[in-house]
Amino acid sequence: MKALSLLVAGAVLLASTFTAQAEVRFGIMNEAYPPFFAKDAAGKWNGWEIDLMNAVCEEMKEKCSIVELSWDGLIPALQAKKFDVIWSSMSITDERLKTIDFTKKYYNTPSKLIGPKDQKPGATADAVKGKTIGIQVSTIQSDYYKKYFAKDAKEQTYQTLDEAFQDLANGRIDYVFGDSIALAEFLKSDFGKGCCADMGNVVDDPAVLGFGVGGGLRKDDTALKAKLDAAIQAVRASGKYDAISKKYFDFDIYGAK
Amino acid sequence: MNFDWLSRYLPLLLDGAIQTVSLLVISVSIGFVLAIGLAFARVSGGPIARNLARGYCTFLRGTPLLIQLWLLYYGVGSLLPMIPGIRQSFLWPILREGFFFAAVSFTLNYAAYEAEVLRGALLAVPKGELEAARAAGMGPLLLIRRIWLPRAIRIALPTIAGEVVMQLKATPLAFTVTVMDLYAVAYKVRQDTLLVYEPLLVVTVFYVFLTLLITRVFKGIEGQVPIRR
Repeated sequence: MKALSLLVAGAVLLASTFTAQAEVRFGIMNEAYPPFFAKDAAGKWNGWEIDLMNAVCEEMKEKCSIVELSWDGLIPALQAKKFDVIWSSMSITDERLKTIDFTKKYYNTPSKLIGPKDQKPGATADAVKGKTIGIQVSTIQSDYYKKYFAKDAKEQTYQTLDEAFQDLANGRIDYVFGDSIALAEFLKSDFGKGCCADMGNVVDDPAVLGFGVGGGLRKDDTALKAKLDAAIQAVRASGKYDAISKKYFDFDIYGAK
Repeated sequence: MNFDWLSRYLPLLLDGAIQTVSLLVISVSIGFVLAIGLAFARVSGGPIARNLARGYCTFLRGTPLLIQLWLLYYGVGSLLPMIPGIRQSFLWPILREGFFFAAVSFTLNYAAYEAEVLRGALLAVPKGELEAARAAGMGPLLLIRRIWLPRAIRIALPTIAGEVVMQLKATPLAFTVTVMDLYAVAYKVRQDTLLVYEPLLVVTVFYVFLTLLITRVFKGIEGQVPIRR
């Protein structure tokens, strides 16, 4: 009995030293997705997600490397053990959870409303009462609209956000509803600065807006999941997460807890 | 083939059909009235009216309808809000809609095509009939109302029926300016369900049905106006 427990302890010790030495390979899509990840002129990866990866690796005290792959190849390659974790702004969805596992989310861009400058800010059903909201066809925002705004407001469907922005500037619609990154980008442009302003983020609802973005893992890789989850938690707690985010965004990218 | 979505989207499809038919009826009826004016300007107007009418027809028949629609929607549409007070006016709820711009653009375009058809028909009315009417003492307006126009319309009817069907098939362009017509509904179903063929098949059936209806209506009208040769 004693011998057995000694053996188990030894095995655990061995296993932990073993994983500590192995490097963790991060799979990233081989196409730029700024500001999350992109290569600079020297071919070096940088961006918010890369900074976060480095912080997480430091926290785990692991050596990390990057494996580049096309977007469609990420999940198959993960399962073929070409790398250990997908770190490529992949949204956690029920569909993906059938084949792979995810870490806790590490960001979840909120959905927001923008409107004309002279409009009163607000992103609740009360605020949009009787107004027309421009939404890109078949987005999570469209589902959110159906659940929360459909009673009070009118939906105008657009093929692209650019067309919706154009109509917002021309006063044809009162709001554009979409992902905060894209809308913030528009508000920063000269065109957007001139006409429009932030009306605020909507209250989160993971059932329609999704669970956010996390690291994709093999289902049986529970050890790595535990380590990554702990590291993400630690990076957030230490304030490093906010420090990194401030470099790229002027709002909280983590979303609701 | 998967048609599970059909019951869920049927109300939307019917709304889409109503939008499509409204666009068609508005553009064809108003466009036809405009076309009558244009055709007479070309056949019996003075040099200025004649050239203006010809320029109009050439311009609108010579440019793609999609571009005309976008010029109106994005061009004129972005100038409109600059008119002071227009956003507060009672007209704004109509003026801001894509439907309004689609209806205007389709009407203007249809008028140009129809004017060309009517011009040919006006010229095809036998001179002798017009001279007989004049000899009977009809003034120019009475002549147009009683003899010239009715005869020309009767001659042009089969062509007009064809033009209306063409106009029906132009209406899906309205989808590009946020009008929820039949095609827009098919597109939405496709985006929501990732089914491509099934929604297109269903709206195809709708369009064929509408075309049959149009042909039927025109056949009825042609029967109403007997012609003796």
